[in-house]
Amino acid sequence: MSNQNESGNREDNMSQMTGKQTSTSRPTPASGATRSLGDVASARTVNAGKPNSGGSGLEARGVHAWFGKKHVLEDISMDFATGTVTALIGPSGCGKSTFIRTLNRMHEFIPTAALAGQVLLDGKDVYEPGVDVTKIRLKVGMVFQKPNPFPSMTIKENVLSGLKLSQIKIENSDELLESCLKRAGLWDEVKDRLNEYGGSLSGGQQQRLCIARSLAVSPQVLLMDEPCSALDPGSTLRIEETIRELANTMSVVIVTHNMQQAARVSDYTGFFLSDGGPGRLVESATTVEIFTNPKQKRTEDYVSGRFG
Amino acid sequence: MQEKKTIPSPRKITTEPRFTDKVFRGVVTSGGLIAGLLLGLIGFFLVFNGFEAMRSAGLSFLTGFDWVDAIPENGQAASYGIGAMLYGTIVTGILAMIMGVPVAVGTALFLSYYAPEWIKKPMVVVVDVMAAIPSIVYGLWGYFVLMPHAEYWAKLIHKYFGFIPFFDMPAPVFTRSPFIAGLVLAIMIIPIVTAVSREVFAQTPLERIQAAYALGATKWSMIKAVVFPYGRGGVIGGAMLGLGRALGETVAVYTVLNLVYDIRIEVLLSAGGSVASMIVNKFGEADPVELQALMGAGFVLFMVTLLVNFLANYIINKTARE
Repeated sequence: MSNQNESGNREDNMSQMTGKQTSTSRPTPASGATRSLGDVASARTVNAGKPNSGGSGLEARGVHAWFGKKHVLEDISMDFATGTVTALIGPSGCGKSTFIRTLNRMHEFIPTAALAGQVLLDGKDVYEPGVDVTKIRLKVGMVFQKPNPFPSMTIKENVLSGLKLSQIKIENSDELLESCLKRAGLWDEVKDRLNEYGGSLSGGQQQRLCIARSLAVSPQVLLMDEPCSALDPGSTLRIEETIRELANTMSVVIVTHNMQQAARVSDYTGFFLSDGGPGRLVESATTVEIFTNPKQKRTEDYVSGRFG
Repeated sequence: MQEKKTIPSPRKITTEPRFTDKVFRGVVTSGGLIAGLLLGLIGFFLVFNGFEAMRSAGLSFLTGFDWVDAIPENGQAASYGIGAMLYGTIVTGILAMIMGVPVAVGTALFLSYYAPEWIKKPMVVVVDVMAAIPSIVYGLWGYFVLMPHAEYWAKLIHKYFGFIPFFDMPAPVFTRSPFIAGLVLAIMIIPIVTAVSREVFAQTPLERIQAAYALGATKWSMIKAVVFPYGRGGVIGGAMLGLGRALGETVAVYTVLNLVYDIRIEVLLSAGGSVASMIVNKFGEADPVELQALMGAGFVLFMVTLLVNFLANYIINKTARE
């Protein structure tokens, strides 16, 4: 499994990947403050391999996007395999957020938004006429930049809100509540106050509550649009641990402006760039390759901090 | 060794406004004050003229059911009480809310979340224009067009729900009932309730709407989980603004309601009350003493509607700040 890069040499990546996916020990997110991004990335990616759990997961095939007449994304193709974390990096306005919003059909909420290409979930195009869009969003969950728990609901109700919203009935909601909050790394902090309102939590806790809320409907893919940009470093670290944990059972796609974060948390990285025109995927490879040995000059300039 | 600190007293910070600022401030301040002043003067006028009637009747002015002029020939003293009319006003107001608010909220939801753009704009205008139709037009339309139908509906309600005391009928007269007055008022309050509800629905934070959709919500489940909890206060406030209008409505109610000085719980019966309509009814041929009583009735109505409107604004503002 690999992410396609712009030049389309998938074989190349494939061999590199299989070479690395041998060890099974879980990495701990490295704080990595003093190390180079490449070191940070290698430290975890080298250890990160795990046998691919199969399933084609989520694939974008030649995705273009427009807002009105403005062409904002051009020909993006990427794979997101189950059990991997993919980071999308790039300067502001390069279309990263637009791209992940095309993956669970949140793109179409913006008036005048248009799209071309395909997004395949388990091999089926999610934009096919007749597809139940609510089912797509159940399988491809999303965590937003700003924590957005429902203020009219308690912590418990927030976690279980997805079931209510999509009219799913389950047997043992208390068990699900506990497991979701545990996976989101929030259980210990809130187990005695489950009936308080979601707004009473701190920003970092609210974001983890939103993650727990996304997990309750058991998505195959979790999209995260700069989930830590409004949070303090401590909360950020907690969420990164959570992301690594989640990657055991699903695929995670994370948009981030923090390259340390991309290096710490992801297996694959895609670098987006817009030179005035539509945003393009400049390079997509394993995270360690992007940060140590990028093929493109522009990627190197960006990850080494020369622009952006 | 301790150093001695001198703590300065706070400085006075002032800004001297420019001349043009002062002029502008004067103009807008006087504009604002005039509105308050007028309200105060109207209240004062009503108290001043109605005080004598209210004082002599005491509390029975509010609770009494009689409205009898003095007849000196047989030694009968005047007795003025607006109890029945006040009760009738509240009954028709509540009926108007029960029937009008759900329609208005549905309209607001449709306009905010379901209507395609080409329907939305003209429909907003149409609903706003409904508020500009003179109330006598509603009254006449209610009397000649709505009432024959409403009479039939009332008979159906009585036939199937007559066992409920409210829908009982001591005499088979279904026209000009509180039910029909409430129906006309319901139509009249739809514009204001719709406008306020639409306003608060439109302010629902996008991030919460997206959060719901991202969890696989359908439109309706999103509205139940996000839009209603957020807009609840605004809708209640809008409904109370509507109630304020319904309580004070005069001519339309006068046309379609049979005023009877009695408290009856049967809303389908052709007997109801309305303070405002009663004032119109009696005003033309009132002697000076009765006129005082009418002023007193006006003052009570003024205070009730003022209170309802203040409460409505308070609720709306409180919701808007959250």
